[in-house]
Amino acid sequence: MYARVMERITDVAIAGVLWGFRIAVVLLVVVGSALTLGGGRHSAESWLSLIVSGAVLGSIYALIALGYTMVYGILRLINFAHGEIFMAGTFGGYFVATALSGIGFLNLNPITSIISVVLMMAGAIVVSVTLALLVERIAYRPLRNAPRLVPLISAIGASFFLQYTFRGFFGPGIYAYPTVGILDAQVPLGIEGFRVKWIDVLVIVSAVVMMAGLFLFVQRTKLGTSIRAVSEDKATAALMGIDVNRAIVMTFAIGAAMAGAAGVLYGLIFRQVYFFTGFVPGIKAFTAAVLGGIGNIPGAMLGGIFLGQVEGVGPTLFLSGLGVPSPNQLRDVIAFTMLVLVLIFRPSGILGERVAQRA
Amino acid sequence: MALLDVDGINAFYGNIHALRDVSLSVDDGEIVTLIGANGAGKTTTLNCISGLVRPRSGTVKLAGEDLAKVQPHHIVERGVVQVPEGRRTFARLTVDENLRMGGFTLTSEANLRDGISRAYDMFPRLKERRSQTGGTLSGGEQQMLAIGRALMVSPRVLLLDEPSMGLAPTLVESIFETISSIHAQGTSILLVEQNALMALNVAGRGYVLQSGQIILSDTAANLAANEQVRQAYLGEI
Repeated sequence: MYARVMERITDVAIAGVLWGFRIAVVLLVVVGSALTLGGGRHSAESWLSLIVSGAVLGSIYALIALGYTMVYGILRLINFAHGEIFMAGTFGGYFVATALSGIGFLNLNPITSIISVVLMMAGAIVVSVTLALLVERIAYRPLRNAPRLVPLISAIGASFFLQYTFRGFFGPGIYAYPTVGILDAQVPLGIEGFRVKWIDVLVIVSAVVMMAGLFLFVQRTKLGTSIRAVSEDKATAALMGIDVNRAIVMTFAIGAAMAGAAGVLYGLIFRQVYFFTGFVPGIKAFTAAVLGGIGNIPGAMLGGIFLGQVEGVGPTLFLSGLGVPSPNQLRDVIAFTMLVLVLIFRPSGILGERVAQRA
Repeated sequence: MALLDVDGINAFYGNIHALRDVSLSVDDGEIVTLIGANGAGKTTTLNCISGLVRPRSGTVKLAGEDLAKVQPHHIVERGVVQVPEGRRTFARLTVDENLRMGGFTLTSEANLRDGISRAYDMFPRLKERRSQTGGTLSGGEQQMLAIGRALMVSPRVLLLDEPSMGLAPTLVESIFETISSIHAQGTSILLVEQNALMALNVAGRGYVLQSGQIILSDTAANLAANEQVRQAYLGEI
């Protein structure tokens, strides 16, 4: 009797805490936003700038998130090494850029700069895809039929292995990414106080193009459809004559290619790369994938864009009106609070199915 | 030489000896049925032929060629296609996409279109639902889709696993009519069924599988008349 009463009290207490949490977050967001907007301290131009910076971040998160979500979709595996695949791409782009800068090609004129960026992306994609396929072959494929926790541990191991391999080769120091002059120039919009650089345009446009290409590939082509079929039922896909391993390898390659491209974009924006570069963007992109509903491709795109906006606009909108000094320092707090909120209140994500049913 | 020749296969799941020296054959143009109770090893036999389960000993040969080292998707390319138990249509793919996946090994778009239109001719119901996802179909429609999907590549041997399972009696009848007409068009069929009466009706020969062993093999007519079969599988006392 006593135990049951205590259990009941605990249940009520937990529910109360959850509701309190929910109300507190909503209050914080509503009151903070109202005070910020009421205070009128930020001009429309500065909001626009925040939205652009959110879109830039979100594009990168979305590109990385697609790799997490596609691999999860086909293998039910959280590929924790994916952040390192992204980091490797950033390094790949760095070395191409340094080489091109060394021969004076990188900033010779706008055309060579554009060619250089394309070459950097190509180099990054080659590095990322190669590495991802090695990881799949060595760390995941032998464990294909093992209990699900086993490849997950292998993924964490692969993540550390890659981080410290890069640290071993390139040291713990931070490398400064070469500057591409034309990308740092302002886009001549003629709006006072609203500045957009060409790099922002490049990031957003290339992310949109890659995601549209991926969407068409997965929805409209035979190979893309076969990836969806394998995601749903491997044995039946094999009975249809689909090479299941090839579909899985293709999934890893596509995810890695997008992560590699995202790595170059990231390097061009944040101007640095080191062995730990993949960690935070990797976790953020994973958050974005969960936000959108892990396993769901449009969900990863949406989750990435959404998380980018929450990080770009959120701190100023929610916190500056409350008098929080330098709210942008708290963007990671906001991002991970979102992750926790989603896991508690909508574990299936925005577009996802219930994860528990599929697990 | 038989078209499909299974010779003395032994298969295991862990320590469980699922198939013991199972031998059977399907000649060109035959319908052969494999009947037996739940858990007798019927599905395992089909999966050994499709390459999803590898027998520990014994051989599976298609037109004399050993399939032991052939990957499941290459076995499909060679003309052995299975309609799995429980239909297993792709729930999130449309009817059209399901059929396209059935024709995955076809290399030309023309052959693919041709296969799809044959499937829609055979099952007009599917055409009406071509852009619906597999998960929204009824059980009977899913069975039509599963069969249509397997026929996309015009198989030499069609393996059917419990096509009547879970279907209403009228649908069962129409599925068996479909099986007869597929056979009439020249496809060899290995039919696994719990519904022994219907299966022996359409088949030329049959095998009875019990606890992983073939205990009887004869013409369908003789099996249908066999005392043991009547008691065990045709529900007669």
